[in-house]
Amino acid sequence: MIWEKNPVLLLVLATCAILVGTIITMVLPFAWVNTEADSIASVKPYTPLELEGRDVYIREGCNNCHTQTVRPLVADVLRYGDYSKSGEFVYDRPFLWGSRRTGPDLARLGGKYPDEWHYKHMQDPAGFVPGSNMPAYAFLSGKTVDPEYTRKKMAALNFPYTEDQITGLAGKTEMDAIIAYMQKLGSDIPWREAVAAEIVGELVNPYAGVDHATMEAWEHLYKENCAACHGEHFEGGIGPELDGASLEENDLFEIIYNGVPENGMPPYSSLGADKVWKIVNFVKYYNIGEDHQ
Amino acid sequence: MEKAEYNYDIVRSFVNWSILWGLVAVLVGVLIAFQLVNPDLNFAPFLTYGRLRPLHTNAGIFGWGIGTFFALFYYMVQRLCRRPLWSDGLAKFQLWFFNATIIAAAVTLLLGYNSSKEYHELEWPVDIMVVILWVIFSVNITMTIVKRKEEPMYISLWYMLATLVGVAVLYLVNAAAVPVSLFKSYSAFAGTNDANVQWWFGHNAVAMVLTTPPLAVFYYFLPKSTGVPIYSHRLSIIAFWSLIFMYLWTGAHHLLWTPVPDWIQTLAMAFSVMLIAPSWGSVFNGYLSMKGQWHQMRDNYLVKFLILGITFYGLQTLQGPSQAVRSFSAFIHYSEWVPGHVHMGAMGWVSLVLFAAIYYLVPKIYDRKLYSIGLANLHFWLVLIGQLINSLSMWVAGLQQASMWHSLNPDGSLTYTFMETLAEIYPYWFVRALSGIIYLAGVVVFIYNLYMTVRRGKEVPVAAAQTT
Repeated sequence: MIWEKNPVLLLVLATCAILVGTIITMVLPFAWVNTEADSIASVKPYTPLELEGRDVYIREGCNNCHTQTVRPLVADVLRYGDYSKSGEFVYDRPFLWGSRRTGPDLARLGGKYPDEWHYKHMQDPAGFVPGSNMPAYAFLSGKTVDPEYTRKKMAALNFPYTEDQITGLAGKTEMDAIIAYMQKLGSDIPWREAVAAEIVGELVNPYAGVDHATMEAWEHLYKENCAACHGEHFEGGIGPELDGASLEENDLFEIIYNGVPENGMPPYSSLGADKVWKIVNFVKYYNIGEDHQ
Repeated sequence: MEKAEYNYDIVRSFVNWSILWGLVAVLVGVLIAFQLVNPDLNFAPFLTYGRLRPLHTNAGIFGWGIGTFFALFYYMVQRLCRRPLWSDGLAKFQLWFFNATIIAAAVTLLLGYNSSKEYHELEWPVDIMVVILWVIFSVNITMTIVKRKEEPMYISLWYMLATLVGVAVLYLVNAAAVPVSLFKSYSAFAGTNDANVQWWFGHNAVAMVLTTPPLAVFYYFLPKSTGVPIYSHRLSIIAFWSLIFMYLWTGAHHLLWTPVPDWIQTLAMAFSVMLIAPSWGSVFNGYLSMKGQWHQMRDNYLVKFLILGITFYGLQTLQGPSQAVRSFSAFIHYSEWVPGHVHMGAMGWVSLVLFAAIYYLVPKIYDRKLYSIGLANLHFWLVLIGQLINSLSMWVAGLQQASMWHSLNPDGSLTYTFMETLAEIYPYWFVRALSGIIYLAGVVVFIYNLYMTVRRGKEVPVAAAQTT
């Protein structure tokens, strides 16, 4: 055939062949994506500090282990929160959706934990969360942000900023920045209110009167989910000391199940009612008669 | 045709350097595999998983993969066009510039200068180096073909030309960015658009770097190794054109269930499944070319590498489309299954074919007999076993991980916390790291065999060395 004898013709035909799919699936979508059609009014650009944090996230390659997109699948939404919408990402240059979940998805991380949790976690993740294989990022606390460089970045991206925001960067560390960034993630839309699990019907403790030996088997639930903030022995830390006597079973259940977002207590509804009841019993009754060892 | 006319110097140099970068890729791969098992092996800030993983993929794809393709394309283009390279000087500069680019890439990635885009992490100054490199290479190959002395262009040359234009288009579009400083830029595209452009690039880098070049190599070196021509020319034509046409529609199968518009996802899924046909067109063409020659699987170590290579290509192009189906993607995506898939392609298909080509090449360009066929066989079994353990451990890990992620209690709540799922993966990660050591041992045997061939291999008379 003629193209087998004419390299220039082959090059032209090959270019045409690859451009068809390219134009339809890559060029055309620009007509619909990031337009009025998928915009969300409450989504705001990054502040100077958040942008610096985002750049640290990119520099350290966090996207190699963490995704930032929640799929409209039951397990994804239960585990991470409301599924991601196109309009939430209009200020993301580059996008950071990732491709592997060696660690959990972070698209809805903002507001889940208090800042203090993040400072301790980034310092030594494997020490803070038992069984984690995340590297330590303690060195970020020793590096400060350069406000003038940040100003250049904000200008390049056309993001609005105030002088106060730039001067306020002085003395901020990269740790402050990445935590500010993580606290913004996914919180531009009021999804938490929309998906808060409702407790239906009357609450009945299915483990009322459980003996101490049974509760011992539930200790791992406490250690994995609660100890980081409330201490190994209920002594408190980031969160308050846990005094089993001070709350009713049902109140304790509601606090754990739905969280107290304004106080930094995340909801644990995704654990399921059964595990939450086990934790309620463990917290309320396990240490009674013990000497807080 | 007198051998003296051909420029084999450049082929030798690219082979040597690409093998070095390949060794780096495997070594870094083993290190990061152990980092997942034990986080204490991260040495912040330069040697953390997040910075090393792009180094691993870049050294593998661009150092070992592209570097070897440079060598093999320069070898094939001269033989197939029956003429020396269009420009020896340009090729020499390209060699020097290639190594400078790879070193610049390695250093900047460790320093944390990266764009975050998978398989396109290099920041804009290094991006420009890559573009220059590709233009030099493309001009030299194209001009050699234009001024060829053999009128019909063999199948391998079609794949080479498609590679040149394909990589150029993909790389330039995805590289578009606004620089802020020498070390930092922001993507020209935002959010969902950026994701769609990136995976249009990402999946077609698989097409234009990890499919069309090794197919060019396979179509040339299989007949050379067996002494029997390719089974069907017509099938080659159909497979070639349909492959390069269909691939470009499929990028969004990396983005199933994300905010990318549904119709793009559906097209990607449909074309991914259709891609089985052209992929298997080449697989069948390879298998049928072995008609009456299957005894060579025992007698000829080169054939063993090539046929196992095309077999893994066949498996890869069945597994890939299955992952591109929405329902299966919902289950398996983001899990360890995917690295298992990728490593079958990288360690099985691409590397096995490249090993065969280099084994074929080195005796020819050094006028030596291969030092040891026994060691070549040992190399074959080590890399085959290493790769199979790697992929299998990750597939099983992925299935378990995905099952646990999606598992629900009767009351509709999640059965497992994320940390409970993570804890189950450690044994698999450990096995995977060990598989990397086995593969590494195979690569070391390979390098030793080549080194001894050049050093101590029996000299072969020039005439005999170039007859095949």
